[in-house]
Amino acid sequence: MSILVNKDTRLLVQGLTGHQGQFHTAQMLAYGTNIVAGATPGRGGQTFQGKVPVYDEVDDAVHQAGANASIIFVPAPGAADAILEAADAGIRLIVCITEGIPALDMVKVLHTLREQDVTLVGPNCPGVISPGEHCRVGIMPSEIHKPGRVGVVSRSGTLTYEAVYQLTQAGVGQSTCVGIGGDPLVGTTFVEALALFQDDTDTDAVVLIGEIGGIKEQQAAEFIKAGGFKKRLFALIAGLTAPPGKRMGHAGAIITGKAALASSKIAALQEAGATIISGPAYIGETVRRGMMGHG
Amino acid sequence: MPRGGLASTPAEARQVAERLGGACYVKAQVYAGGRAKAGGIRKAATPQEAEGHAAALIGSRLVTAQTGPDGVPVHRVLIEEALEIERELYLGIVVDGGAEAVVVMASSAGGVDIEAVAREHPELILRQVVDPVVGFQPYQGRRLAIGMGLPAATARSLARQMVSLYEVFIAKDCSLAEINPLVLTKDGRMVALDAKINVDDDALFRHEDLAALRDWSQLDPLEAKAGQAGISYVKLDGDVGCLMNGAGLAMATMDAIKGAGLAPANFLDVGGGAAAERVSLAMSIVLQDSGVKRVLLQVLGGVARCDDIATGIVQAMPPERRGLPLVVRLLGTNLEEGKAILRQSGLNVRFVDTLLEAIEALQELQPAPSTA
Repeated sequence: MSILVNKDTRLLVQGLTGHQGQFHTAQMLAYGTNIVAGATPGRGGQTFQGKVPVYDEVDDAVHQAGANASIIFVPAPGAADAILEAADAGIRLIVCITEGIPALDMVKVLHTLREQDVTLVGPNCPGVISPGEHCRVGIMPSEIHKPGRVGVVSRSGTLTYEAVYQLTQAGVGQSTCVGIGGDPLVGTTFVEALALFQDDTDTDAVVLIGEIGGIKEQQAAEFIKAGGFKKRLFALIAGLTAPPGKRMGHAGAIITGKAALASSKIAALQEAGATIISGPAYIGETVRRGMMGHG
Repeated sequence: MPRGGLASTPAEARQVAERLGGACYVKAQVYAGGRAKAGGIRKAATPQEAEGHAAALIGSRLVTAQTGPDGVPVHRVLIEEALEIERELYLGIVVDGGAEAVVVMASSAGGVDIEAVAREHPELILRQVVDPVVGFQPYQGRRLAIGMGLPAATARSLARQMVSLYEVFIAKDCSLAEINPLVLTKDGRMVALDAKINVDDDALFRHEDLAALRDWSQLDPLEAKAGQAGISYVKLDGDVGCLMNGAGLAMATMDAIKGAGLAPANFLDVGGGAAAERVSLAMSIVLQDSGVKRVLLQVLGGVARCDDIATGIVQAMPPERRGLPLVVRLLGTNLEEGKAILRQSGLNVRFVDTLLEAIEALQELQPAPSTA
């Protein structure tokens, strides 16, 4: 077991024919991911590595190839359209890797998806990987992962790799690692990921990696306090020493007030019972020691 | 809008002030807030005084809480009539990640201390979440205006202006639009004394007219050079040069550097897949800061091959800085080939595998003696 992606995932790659799409499709196939189709408008009829058929429309990938999940590499100007096309075609898990989607495009996308039974991960995220299921739906380096019983959920890309690298070095394997993306507007949040990990019988504990800005860490803390997540939680917040951002105007700070500060996030998660990881160099060791007493 | 005009010279400032008659404000036109507290907004009782203020501001660099220590250059000033102010209000529109929507905010406590108000008295910030399908509605504007204690008639006209502001916000792909202060004058007029908009950088591809307006001279020259290449660079005042990929890992690594009693010389996220030529350019940017005495290069799992990155680093290193201690942490394709290139380059390189080792190596390294 795991969350979001597993052996039953039948993956569609939107934007497969681009440079990044081809590179990571090859990597995902090598890891064992079951990639059943690609979609790029105007490239229908091609195949990738002689075995993955490419369609013009996502609808065809669903009905002809049986895709049930999608990963999106479509460039930013067309990415919102790609997400909505996947949702409309009946895809239930959409992982959007694309960086730099206009914020107002994402406002419309999230508004539209709210009424639908669709899970969006990202955008601007490394994706999702379940090592024990040999299923990688993302751009993370495969080799740092190790099957196990600790979940990872993070707003950052490379900091997730750092955390996973340290966990594996410390002998702590992972059930599923989810990069939710660093943008203010993302689909799956910490709260939704924690809810999924709570219901996953093969996850014993979760490492949550947050950073300055926004209120998503506080929402996670509220969710835990309300009883939504009862497993062991380890948390690291990046940006404790970040200089105040240069910015124009006040609205960013006004909308979140003090909540955007790393110290506020740490206090909220500590109050919710999380073990706070004292620094980014101590992720692996903190979790290894913490898990020993809770074998 | 208050009456006024732009001036690029003190003489022009005097002419505008004479035309306005009476007292006026001289306002530095720069890409930063916090101007009033930094002396960038000055009151003048006469045109002569306005000319004097303009002479002091034009050609100077203004340092505010939102700029770096070097400040930003002032090329122009705005001369504006001074109004008899009854009340100062705040209006703002922002894309709010928490609400996953555009939110219109208003406060009866406008003015220079609005951020303190948000921290200490968040209840004084009223907000209305906008449905993206139907857009901001006049009733929401009236609700905000009446909430700020305005009479109903004023609320109606202000609501119409809020709707217009929202429409501009959407049409121009803004991430922020604010009027602060929006003043109620003693003679009953409502005047926008100052306004700012931020356009979403990610949406500039569909606003070529707005993209062309960007004034790179308002940024630190190194930050501008980095920004044009898609590299996120912020100059700080320590001596540990940092070249990393990923904003989160870069921030976390800086936390670790500071936690070890060292000081980063900069924040640098090489961004977008860490391509080799970008890493090379990033290295040359880091090295242009003469305060850098040791460097941490940390690129994990980018799309670039490690041998390409290594070649780029060697090329970027100017002859006079070849002795500079480099702590290198790479993870990715062709790692051993990359290490071999750096080893054979004659550069002062120390390889590390973990973040902990990287921090320890930086601590052990004596900073290079300053090069004359």
